[in-house]
Amino acid sequence: MILFEVVLSGVLVGGMYGLIALGLNLQYGIARMMNLAYGEALMGGAYTAFWFFMLWRIDPLASMLFSVPVAFCGNWLIYRYLLSPLIRRAANQEILEADTILVTFGLLFVFQGLALVQWGGEYRGYTYLAVPIDLLGATVALNRLMAFVAAVVLALALYWLLRSTRLGGALRAIAIDPVAAQLVAVDVPRLSALAFAAGGAIMAAAGTLVSMFLSFNASIGIVYTLKALIVVIMGGVGRMLGCLMAGLLLGLAEALGAYLVDPGLTLAINFALFLLVLLVRPQGLFSRG
Amino acid sequence: MAEKPASRWWIAPAAAGVAFLAGLPLLLSAYTVSLLISVLAYASLATSWAFFSGTTRYISLATAAFVGIGTYTVALLSDHLPLAVVLAIAHMIGFVIALGVGLSTLRLSGIYFVIFTFGLTELIKQLVIWFEINQTKTLARYIFVNASGTLIYELLLATATIVIAGVWWLSRSRVGYALRVIGEDEMVARHSGIDTTRVKVLVFAATSAVMSMVGAVLSLRYTYVDPNIAFNSLVSFQVLIMALLGGIGRPWGPALGAVPLVLLSELLSGTFPHHFGIALGICFVVIVFFLPGGVMGLVDRWSAWLPRSALRRRKES
Repeated sequence: MILFEVVLSGVLVGGMYGLIALGLNLQYGIARMMNLAYGEALMGGAYTAFWFFMLWRIDPLASMLFSVPVAFCGNWLIYRYLLSPLIRRAANQEILEADTILVTFGLLFVFQGLALVQWGGEYRGYTYLAVPIDLLGATVALNRLMAFVAAVVLALALYWLLRSTRLGGALRAIAIDPVAAQLVAVDVPRLSALAFAAGGAIMAAAGTLVSMFLSFNASIGIVYTLKALIVVIMGGVGRMLGCLMAGLLLGLAEALGAYLVDPGLTLAINFALFLLVLLVRPQGLFSRG
Repeated sequence: MAEKPASRWWIAPAAAGVAFLAGLPLLLSAYTVSLLISVLAYASLATSWAFFSGTTRYISLATAAFVGIGTYTVALLSDHLPLAVVLAIAHMIGFVIALGVGLSTLRLSGIYFVIFTFGLTELIKQLVIWFEINQTKTLARYIFVNASGTLIYELLLATATIVIAGVWWLSRSRVGYALRVIGEDEMVARHSGIDTTRVKVLVFAATSAVMSMVGAVLSLRYTYVDPNIAFNSLVSFQVLIMALLGGIGRPWGPALGAVPLVLLSELLSGTFPHHFGIALGICFVVIVFFLPGGVMGLVDRWSAWLPRSALRRRKES
């Protein structure tokens, strides 16, 4: 029975990992920009939810109405004015990659520094829907369940959008081959910017959800960037369904590792998986070929 | 193929300069000496970082991991062994761990290597915390080594001198040449008979060992150490940005880049610790956008090494 609870908690966290990996996949798989400041949107979303809740008693889910559009616009501006100039300037892919790594690291430090100056380094959290719920014999906090459901709904909506709409088709075409997409009249620069902005917006939403059941601080962003990247690599760059599966897998592996080995070694499990996948199956676990 | 024999006229003045620096603690206040200690430490770190990461283009963020390994070695062993032995052990542990890391990860390219090396610091930190909590039941350690500022200064001056001279000498040797070819095009390097794995792993291990050494010497300044102090990933970024600021690919560049950033850190970290992070972040952006060639920046360097522009240059000449 305990094992079932462990698996359940792994799945609940895994849904969140799937969501943040989906957002990173929009940025890295479609817009082809490795954004190392990706997690800062999560940090921003979490702080927004926290302050809205603490100061004005506004429901965290409602605070998304503020944080998500802000993150969308912020990421769009970053892509448009900081990253696109690099694309135009770069002589080839490797220079572009080095440039984006450095610029987005810079952004990471700026955002993290601003948050530290503003709110200090201590861990924050609030109590929201901390009601125990009985789920098939296991006890789960309602906030966890709620966050999981919201994450899965968001992820599935996004998946449907990519799979079944005209816009989604164009985005997937860019993920597969940006040059060929241009040839069939897909406006690659505009849609890449859109995908990048949407990725940031998803991360802000994830931040809101995470803040409902985990404590966070100003330097939490990079941790989630790393996890998102690990999941994306496991699932396959540009592959959406693979990411959701890999997210669940990472959540499960973490929960089982924490239960069977030691809770202090979650990060070690993350990196072991990361290395294993990169060395054995660099194209991702769920991709064909 | 053969490099022009470099003129050696500057060796005598450089030696005189080192001798002068060695005498400085006699003239300066303790505060200035401690500032110079930071400059020398970061100059050594940035120089060794640039020798591997700058030339091969494997951007490593594991600097903090190796510095921390050095620091922790001292924290664990300094009560039991004489200082010289502890420093030698720190150096060796850094080398061995880097060897293992290099063998398993230097196949990763680009962003994956960056992320892995960044994660390595966190990973080692977590493992140390886990070990301390579960096995030794102490999370904080005290370092009781009677080392004066002057001793630390002289040790680091020696390290910095050896590192800069070593990098200067190595970059003119077959190893340096091999590294540059790897940075230009790894496939070409392999086809021209360079054992790329061996060169990469050995140089990565050797430079990482230097970082552990620096971490070990620096730790003599502290009396109290815990994993969060020892494995501070900010160090990796500082070293990277110093090397970029100074200009990689020249023996003196990274060391020069260390000076302004150490001063900036000293200026800000006392009163506004968080503002230093912001300043560092702005530095990254400014270097990429406005100083790609100005301070011998990374981008310009790299673009000059890329196969296509190399071809262009050959055609022009």
